[in-house]
Amino acid sequence: MIVAKRKPFDEIMELLKDHKKVLVVGCGTCVAVCLTGGEKEVAVLAAELDMGRKLANNPVEIGSITLERQCDREYLEKLAGMADQYDAMISMACGVGIQFLAERFPNKPVLPAVDTCGLAVNQDVGCYEERCRSCGHCLLGLTGGICPVTMCAKGLHNGPCGGTNKGSCEISADQPCAWYMIHERLKAQGRLNAIRQIKPAEDWLDTKPRTLIQPGYKKPEKAKA
Amino acid sequence: MRLSYPSNIRIILVPCTGKVDVIHMLRAIQKGADGVYCVGCLEGSCHFNQGNIRCRERVEHVRSLLKEVGLEPDRVRMYNLSSSEAPTFAAYATEMTEAIKKLGPNPLKNKALGKP
Repeated sequence: MIVAKRKPFDEIMELLKDHKKVLVVGCGTCVAVCLTGGEKEVAVLAAELDMGRKLANNPVEIGSITLERQCDREYLEKLAGMADQYDAMISMACGVGIQFLAERFPNKPVLPAVDTCGLAVNQDVGCYEERCRSCGHCLLGLTGGICPVTMCAKGLHNGPCGGTNKGSCEISADQPCAWYMIHERLKAQGRLNAIRQIKPAEDWLDTKPRTLIQPGYKKPEKAKA
Repeated sequence: MRLSYPSNIRIILVPCTGKVDVIHMLRAIQKGADGVYCVGCLEGSCHFNQGNIRCRERVEHVRSLLKEVGLEPDRVRMYNLSSSEAPTFAAYATEMTEAIKKLGPNPLKNKALGKP
């Protein structure tokens, strides 16, 4: 899932300082699962803002709503009659949701309440570990299901580097060496051949925003128009 | 035992302090309560194993939130005792009340009631 971290309260206060009527918009999908921007976290932020602004003698009227998803047009429609009643909206969704909300309501300031941190697994309640950088060229089939782009500090495709140290990375003894893990897993599976082939360098220059259209979902009539 | 403790405390019963959430404590302060304290079982003797430890963690979080907002973190506290320790319960109630009296009323109280 996409994970995010709540921004420091001072930063949120600064973003909202000139607005008198604010809608806190949560997202009920990824950021709700990672306990950053779901219904409960929206309630906490709304309570904090209410208290902080009252104490600063600059009271604010706060509304709150948690949409099913902010990255889907159909769920944003729920705000259609609501957005006009507020000076600004502060979104607790990931960067994708915040941008889509801003796109749907271009005349309204849409501000972020969270910092999006990546794609992570759920290790425990409230504990998430990054596993994917969404580079767009998955090597997992050759690397025993361990991503060198994410797990290696240098993102090496043909590792390890000289800094590998008895299973740890040179940056820290607590950081496992991705290429050591890859070697051990492939060895156990008898698949060491998989890393003997050279993997070409990533085309990192290709950094324009990516669009995905699933096969069978192209709409030729739209292309003509 | 007929022990007495300060009468300005309102007791809210929960099945375990592990049930107490951040938003419960925060809302109480937001609505004008001068202080909130959670009284859990002794650490290590939770019937549900970790309820009181979870509560302590949430109390700590609320304290940090209050600090960010501009209120005294000491308005929210965690206490632990065994259910048979009535004198300790009364002592904690007195200690909390005195601590809150030193801090003075919640500055949000009048604002929460819509007064200037």
